[in-house]
This record gives sequence, structure tokens and C-alpha cells, in this order.
Amino acid sequence: MSEEKTSYIEIVTRGIWKENPVAYQVLGICSALAVTVKMSTSIVMGIALTTVTAFSSLIISSLRKKIPSNIRIIVELAIISSLVIITDQILKAFFYDISKQLSIFVGLIITNCIVLGRAEAFALANKPLASFFDGIGNGLGYSLVLVTVAFLRELLGSGKFLGFNIIPQFIFDAGYQNMGLMVLAPGAFFIIGLLVWLKNSLPGISKPGTYK
Amino acid sequence: MGDLLSLFINSVFIGNILLAYFLGMCSFIAVSKNVEIATGLGFAVIFVLTVTSPVNWIIYHGLLAPGALAWAGFPDFDLSFLKFITFIAVIAAIVQAVEMVIDKYSPLLYATLGVFLPLIAVNCAILGTSLFMVERNYTFIESIIFGAGSGTGWMLAIVSMAAIRKKTQYADVPKGLEGFGITMIIAGLMAMTFMMFSGITL
Repeated sequence: MSEEKTSYIEIVTRGIWKENPVAYQVLGICSALAVTVKMSTSIVMGIALTTVTAFSSLIISSLRKKIPSNIRIIVELAIISSLVIITDQILKAFFYDISKQLSIFVGLIITNCIVLGRAEAFALANKPLASFFDGIGNGLGYSLVLVTVAFLRELLGSGKFLGFNIIPQFIFDAGYQNMGLMVLAPGAFFIIGLLVWLKNSLPGISKPGTYK
Repeated sequence: MGDLLSLFINSVFIGNILLAYFLGMCSFIAVSKNVEIATGLGFAVIFVLTVTSPVNWIIYHGLLAPGALAWAGFPDFDLSFLKFITFIAVIAAIVQAVEMVIDKYSPLLYATLGVFLPLIAVNCAILGTSLFMVERNYTFIESIIFGAGSGTGWMLAIVSMAAIRKKTQYADVPKGLEGFGITMIIAGLMAMTFMMFSGITL
């Protein structure tokens, strides 16, 4: 049992760091860029995606012997979109403001390559529980990138942290200005690029991120 | 007419689906290594977008929108929460049908485009365009123009990206930045260039 437990922990940590879906497998960057202007939206997005990935992996893995392989994409998409509809309705019910800000990006979890990618790469070949943890790990890895990017963009772009001003007024008086570029689209691209550079330069990960 | 033209220009340049809304990034990064292949995928995306956007418009406004089922005697029904699953099913079905038609009638086109068509079904740009079309309350004609414009913008971005990446093969990129990292930074610079268009008012 303890051996199994460590392997689950390993599956989770692998998704968060070693094989981080955004930085390492280059999956799911569409939404990683779009929702990261503010911390609050990206945290909610991270939670939503982690939930969807974990449960879709669990369900797909439980059904893996029943799904005929030539229609599996449609089946997977149907499962994922049902989960996304549930998530969207929950967000609309309890976090209406954030759900409005995320606009179409909750729906786009369906086509987020992480969910489908993990279903194809892991869930179809592994046991349900392991797939569930793989989904959690990858979801958390995605959230980690999202929150980091959002932190930098919100701090540099609007001088805020989770909506609170944290850059004191006297610095603005001294001539400091918010970096408008960070709020706009290009800022997100630059930050992701630089984060990938940082990650590849850290010791222990010598292999540069592979991309297909 | 002028409105439609400005909508088209707007969706190609100012609100570029890829560089301003980040949709379709996955295949943008994956397929932008070769100009010819990028062009092929670009045309396939334009085509699929121009077809799926109006079809989803008809389905949404005929069946799913609040009160849309009044003709069937259910004026209180609001099925709009089903739009995700419906849209993705429509997109997957249309992509499949397009693939079969092309395969039957134009083997040459199929040889160049065929491999990309399955990829398109899960391209966020396609689903995103349909969802934007609902959110922004476009009319039927506008949805066609918006679909075509988004596709054109996407193609423009991926073809220029492929051309730039070909040049960077000869550049001396820092080691950790090779591949994905530098691609993102190039995309950032391209996004800045496209922002230049936002000053244009039509």
C-alpha cells in the first residue's frame, strides 16, 4: 500500500514539475495566456481545469476497455464537455463575476489540449485511480504556471496583488509607472517565453523543453 | 456593407483570434515550422470556420437560445447551457464530413489538407469563434463574416510565424530559450505588431 501511495505522489509531482504540461509538453497554452491578467481569474481557471482533467481522466480510464478505439475522440469529447458544462454552471451559480470575466474560456477547457492530451496519453493506458492523480498533477502544474504568470502580469501591469494595491503611492510619486504592456497580449507571450527559459536553465533539468 | 467590411478587418487584424485572444495556440506552435504546411492548415481553418460559425448560429438561435423553442410550443425552455457540447459535436461532425467530401472529390486537395483536418476539430480557435459569436450577439451574416475573418487572421499569423521560425534556424538563440521559449517571444513581438492596427478606426 505504501508503495502504491508513493507512486501516486510521484504521478502528481511529475505533472506539477518534471513534465509540467505548459512548460514541458507545450499543452494548453491558449487559455494560459488569456486568463492571466488577474490572479483571481487564473486561480479559478486553475481549479476548474484541475477538476475537469482529474474527473475526465478518471471516467475515461474506467471506460477505457469499453470505448471502441475508432470513435474514442468523440466519446472523450462528450465526457469532457459534459464535465465542462457542470463546471460552468457551478461557476455561474457561485462565482458569477469571475465567470463573466472568464467569458468563453471556461468553455474552451473542452479544447484545452491538456485534458484531451492526458486522456489520450495516460488515461487510456492506466488504471482509473492512477489516471485521476495524473489529472490532478497536470491540472496543478497548469495552475502553477497560470498563477505565476498572473502574479507577474498583475504586479507589473497594474501594481496589484489579488486586487489589492501593493505598490505604495510614494513610488508612483517618484515616477514609477505601471507597465501597460503586461496587461495586453504581448506581455503574456514574453512572460511565458522567459519562464520557459528560466525553467530550462535551472539545475536538474538539462533537457530543453521538447516541442512537436 | 461598410459594417461588415469593418467587422472583417477587425477580426483579421485588431481582434486577431490568435494574437489578441490566444486561441488556437497549440497547433500554432506545433505546425508553424514549415511555411507550406502552415499555409495548408491555414486554408483548412478558414474553410472550417466559415462553415461552422453560421451552422452553429442556426443551431444556437433555432434550438438552444432562451425562448428559441417557442415554435415547438416550449417558449420557456432555455437550453443555452448545452451550447458547449452541441458546438463541439457540430464541429467534429463538420470536420469529419468535410474530410470525407474532400477525399471523395478532390484527392489532390485531400493529400495536402487531409492530415490537418482531424487536428482542427480540437483547435480552440474553432470553438472559440462559435462561442464569441454567441457572446457578441452577431447576426447570421455577421457570423459568416466573423468566421471567415477569424480564419484569415489565424492563417496570417501562422504563416508569418512559420516564415520567421525558418529564419531563426540560423540565429544564435541562447540555449535554454531554444524551441518553445523563443517561439513565444516571437509571438509576443508579433502581437505587438498587430496592436499597431488597433489605432485604425473604420
